Amino acid sequence: MEKTKTFEQSLAELEEIVKALESGDIDLDMAVKKYQKGMELSKRCHTLLKDAEEVIVKMMKDEELVDLESE
Amino acid sequence: MSEQKYLSVTALTKYIKYKFDHDDHLKHVLLKGEVSNFKRHSRGHFYLTLKDDQSQISAIMFAGNASKVKFTPEDGMSILVEGYISVFEASGQYQIYINKMTEDGLGNLHVAFEQLKKKLSSEGLFEQSHKKDIPRFPSAIGVLTSPTGAAVRDIIHIVNRRFPLSRIIVYPTLVQGEYAKDDIVKNIQLANKQKLVDVLIVGRGGGSIEDLWAFNEESVARAIYDSLLPIISSVGHETDFTISDFVADLRAPTPSGAAELAVPSQTEMLSYIERLKAGATTNMRRLHQEKRNGFNKTMASYVFESPERLIEAKSRKFDYLLDKLMLLSPVKRLEQSEKDLQKTTKALQEYYVNILRQKEYRYQMMLKELAGNSPLNIMQKGYSMVKKEGVIIKSVEDLAVGDLLSVVMKDGTLSTKVMTKRKDDKHGKNENI
Repeated sequence: MEKTKTFEQSLAELEEIVKALESGDIDLDMAVKKYQKGMELSKRCHTLLKDAEEVIVKMMKDEELVDLESE
Repeated sequence: MSEQKYLSVTALTKYIKYKFDHDDHLKHVLLKGEVSNFKRHSRGHFYLTLKDDQSQISAIMFAGNASKVKFTPEDGMSILVEGYISVFEASGQYQIYINKMTEDGLGNLHVAFEQLKKKLSSEGLFEQSHKKDIPRFPSAIGVLTSPTGAAVRDIIHIVNRRFPLSRIIVYPTLVQGEYAKDDIVKNIQLANKQKLVDVLIVGRGGGSIEDLWAFNEESVARAIYDSLLPIISSVGHETDFTISDFVADLRAPTPSGAAELAVPSQTEMLSYIERLKAGATTNMRRLHQEKRNGFNKTMASYVFESPERLIEAKSRKFDYLLDKLMLLSPVKRLEQSEKDLQKTTKALQEYYVNILRQKEYRYQMMLKELAGNSPLNIMQKGYSMVKKEGVIIKSVEDLAVGDLLSVVMKDGTLSTKVMTKRKDDKHGKNENI
């Protein structure tokens, strides 16, 4: 799985998979693939959320990103 | 008596007061003027003079109303008042009794606010249909506010707590004062150009209406409307609405509220993912079961259970045709003919035997009868038979005297000659022979 995929993309894909499996209108081998992918995605979403300890805050200064100086 | 023509001052004053008090125009007056000689009485009343370039009027505001005034009037201040005109009899002065007082500038702001709101509303800038969806999980949030205010700290704090997966880019922005509107517009446009964020929070903490005024500027409203990035506005306190709030895609009551609207809660997300995961598993199981059931059903079909049934119909038809063919075959017919022949032959034989038996029976019967009637039998009893030249004679009339006769008895034959003959009237059998 591409690690570049954002949380939102991963989650959207996971939702799609659940929906596809729910509809039942899918080949079994495809369903198995999708299911596996779904499990990976859920794990990835989980990890992404858990790993995000603290929000990264930047400041736009003269169209450059700099750290936000704390007062 | 001529004295009676003269009114007392009091009477006149009462009359004048009466006139003032009963004039509809003077009962409710909206007045604009500059404050002078302002005095706040120890009991809370306001005494002042309102004036403009050419005129002035005394004014009083009683403590009950004065306590509701949110600013402190000062000499030289331009104010708007609402009240009625009456006469203070003791000094014979007419004056305005003020019920409500606002700063004139502020009044202008209110008017400007209402006018702009109406204008933009009629242009459709507040239309719900134009509002963009806020992304569910922004990977980056742009915050247009003062980099040092409480608002930015609140937002960072909330995002940190709820959804640290998002990044925050602060666009340091003047949110108060003369240059604020241009700075807000510039940064909204910059954020749209840079496209580093998925959603913008535009706002500031609470303040007076003047402090928030930049967010009531038309240029700001239009920049928000034109923004391709969805914008959450959060200006001031919960109850203060600015034009920006009406134009924004979503309005938050406070900066913290804006952050909460911008990002989901991590805890909720985790449980949501768990639900999705469980959903995938449940659906997969069900799907698998369905496929299995389908497979079992197929396998349970007679095609697999008893394949012979597949050809049953054909087999039956074949059998039927075969039977028919056999029936029609010449061999069969020959066989049948043979059978028929045999049957007929047999019947014939049976018939023949029957007839034979019948004949035999009848023959036996006749034989018996014959035996009963045989002359020999009669002769046994003692009768004899007379013959002439081999012919049996039954009557005397057939004989003449002298004829030679043969008499046949049971045990032999003798010859004799007719001697006499006599014909009886009454004849009996054994007579006369």
